[in-house]
Amino acid sequence: MSLATRLEKLDRRYLFLVILLAVLLPLLNPLGLPIEPTPKVIGLHKAIEALPEGSVVYFATDWDPSAAPELVPMAQATLRHLFRRNMKVICGTTWPTAGPLAENVLREIGDECGKTYGEDYVNLGFKEGREVVMVSIATDIANAYPVDYHGKPTTSYPIMADVKDFQDVALLLNISGGYPGTKEWLQQVQRRFGMKMGTCTTAVSEPEYVPNFQSGQLVGLVGGLAGAAEYERLIDTPGTATRGMDAQSLGHLAIIALIIVSNVAFLLRKRSGKSGPP
Amino acid sequence: MRREVPLLFTVVFGLLMIVDFFVPHPFIADWAQRFRDWAIIIIAASFFLGVANLVKINLHKVSRREKEWPFAAALLGSLFVTLFLGLAFGIADKGGIRGVFNSIFLYMYTPMQATMFSLLAFYIASAAFRSFRVRSFEATLLAVTAVFVMIGRVPVGNAMSDALNLPDGLTFASVQAWIMDFPNLAAKRAILIGAALGAIATGLKIVLGIERNYLGEGGAGK
Amino acid sequence: MTLSADALWNIVAAILTLAIFSYLYKDNPIYKFAEYLFVGIGAGYWFCVEWHNVLVPNLFNKLIAGDLLLLIPLALGLLLFTRFMGKISWLSRWAMGLMVGTFSGLAVIGFLQSELIAQIQANLLSVNTGSMGTNVNNAILILGLIASLVYFFFSTEHKGAVGGAARVGIWFLMISFGASYGFTVMARISLLIGRLMFLIEDLPRSLGVGG
Repeated sequence: MSLATRLEKLDRRYLFLVILLAVLLPLLNPLGLPIEPTPKVIGLHKAIEALPEGSVVYFATDWDPSAAPELVPMAQATLRHLFRRNMKVICGTTWPTAGPLAENVLREIGDECGKTYGEDYVNLGFKEGREVVMVSIATDIANAYPVDYHGKPTTSYPIMADVKDFQDVALLLNISGGYPGTKEWLQQVQRRFGMKMGTCTTAVSEPEYVPNFQSGQLVGLVGGLAGAAEYERLIDTPGTATRGMDAQSLGHLAIIALIIVSNVAFLLRKRSGKSGPP
Repeated sequence: MRREVPLLFTVVFGLLMIVDFFVPHPFIADWAQRFRDWAIIIIAASFFLGVANLVKINLHKVSRREKEWPFAAALLGSLFVTLFLGLAFGIADKGGIRGVFNSIFLYMYTPMQATMFSLLAFYIASAAFRSFRVRSFEATLLAVTAVFVMIGRVPVGNAMSDALNLPDGLTFASVQAWIMDFPNLAAKRAILIGAALGAIATGLKIVLGIERNYLGEGGAGK
Repeated sequence: MTLSADALWNIVAAILTLAIFSYLYKDNPIYKFAEYLFVGIGAGYWFCVEWHNVLVPNLFNKLIAGDLLLLIPLALGLLLFTRFMGKISWLSRWAMGLMVGTFSGLAVIGFLQSELIAQIQANLLSVNTGSMGTNVNNAILILGLIASLVYFFFSTEHKGAVGGAARVGIWFLMISFGASYGFTVMARISLLIGRLMFLIEDLPRSLGVGG
């Protein structure tokens, strides 16, 4: 059996090992590769910097554990920025599994920045209804969320005193893991209510929202772990995303190497006269 | 009754959602908000249907001792334990036994789901090695774009650009950004517009009662 | 050595993580057990969240407070369960009709303004801006959009000028698919990074081991 054929028939578990090592080794021995913020991420940072202090931001956390490795670092970085700028944060979600994850992030960053639940931020929890409930929330927050994540009446919190609907919200920041998420907020709320909107999304979805960023519907677009690392760089607080970027880089190089090796093997086999699958 | 009532609901609720966008009158806005509240409740009820179906199927498996019935028993056991803890003590973490529901979610459900999806990293590598073949010009275009994006979007692209002393407009990051902001944007926009036209047409057909597949019937007029 | 509750739960999380990872070697009963456990916990969790976050505050509490019109969605929600009851299962269509109508109405408006009008508006670009680079880039956006849309137009045969435009459209689409592939790889690798970070950082920290 030629080398090319042996390569093409390689047990996939060896490939799994290659990926595992490519990702694990840089986590154990960081390389410190340089991170440069890109315009779409800078756009969100600038938009938050431009908000007057004390502005209300609706923090829509639409994710589940499958997207958490990418989205939690973004949520942490943007929340840190919002709290450092003394914004009031109202958090809600349309995903059933986001509530506890969002609560953890809010508490962690809220405590770090010396913020008080109910005054500086509130977690309204989950509400069913996907795009239907998005319009309801934008029209009347307390009607859609009679109680918060902890079961207390929403209107009992000081932060909600002057906030009835999205006319009172300066920025809609969506942390989006899929459907329902950024696309639905754009369709149902952003244009309809004239909202300033930014999104932090998974890398898979980032290419889809580039048209919305270019059209001005989104003021900023933070995509994937790389986007999160760039935002950490912008707020000068390296975190999980920054630590993961070396592993991300080597993981990509490993995939590219596999593609090149497999195509070289394919071409060699083709040249030796055998065509079709091995 | 079998067809007319659901169709009536579809037409009334659908048209009201559309009219609510154009007519700011409080009467329309109030009823649209009310109908949205009703839809939210019914969607929530539909999840209970799913859970009931799951219980029914797995109880059947366990009672008939079918293949993999011990696993079905584990499913039912974990379902009822979680259900009991959540309904009895609430979902937020209040410490002690009242925090166990939250812990089950954070330390059992969350790592399992996250790990299941992380398996995709291995499978994408395997798929890239076995199936990614550059057989035509179009496939080459796809491959070259993917390589530029994979290098340009991560710090190794910056490091390689510095090492090769590439000018500002030709770094991996710049090329990747140009690809995303121009050719990629044009194609994605075309897909968005095409999909939007299809969605609007289908939505209007449903709201006007022409499309009835969701009722288990054929299309227009059937 | 006494372990804290946090440490014990993290050990459980690590065991379940490794159980799922064991599938990479081959399918096995440990993986299967974890998979069924996941489904069971998920179903129980979703039930409780829908109950506490939706039905109690948005239905039962408001009903008790006097909003009797909510008896309508309550009745329609209960009618959904007639799906299990053979002869009267058609009653579940009433609730379906309401849901489908609401979603469809919102979809028409949403797609129209956000994805049709906004996107077409954003692509009305000048090719005479005074900057050669901007002119070329805008021309690429305009021609790329038109060519890609021509590719999706199947009511006419792709021959001659239409065929040529469709071919160019395919090239643009291939570039966008390549970009999507690159970002998909990025996302998948990130998910693996997250799990490995849990195993090598979060777990040892909760056990009081290492830095």
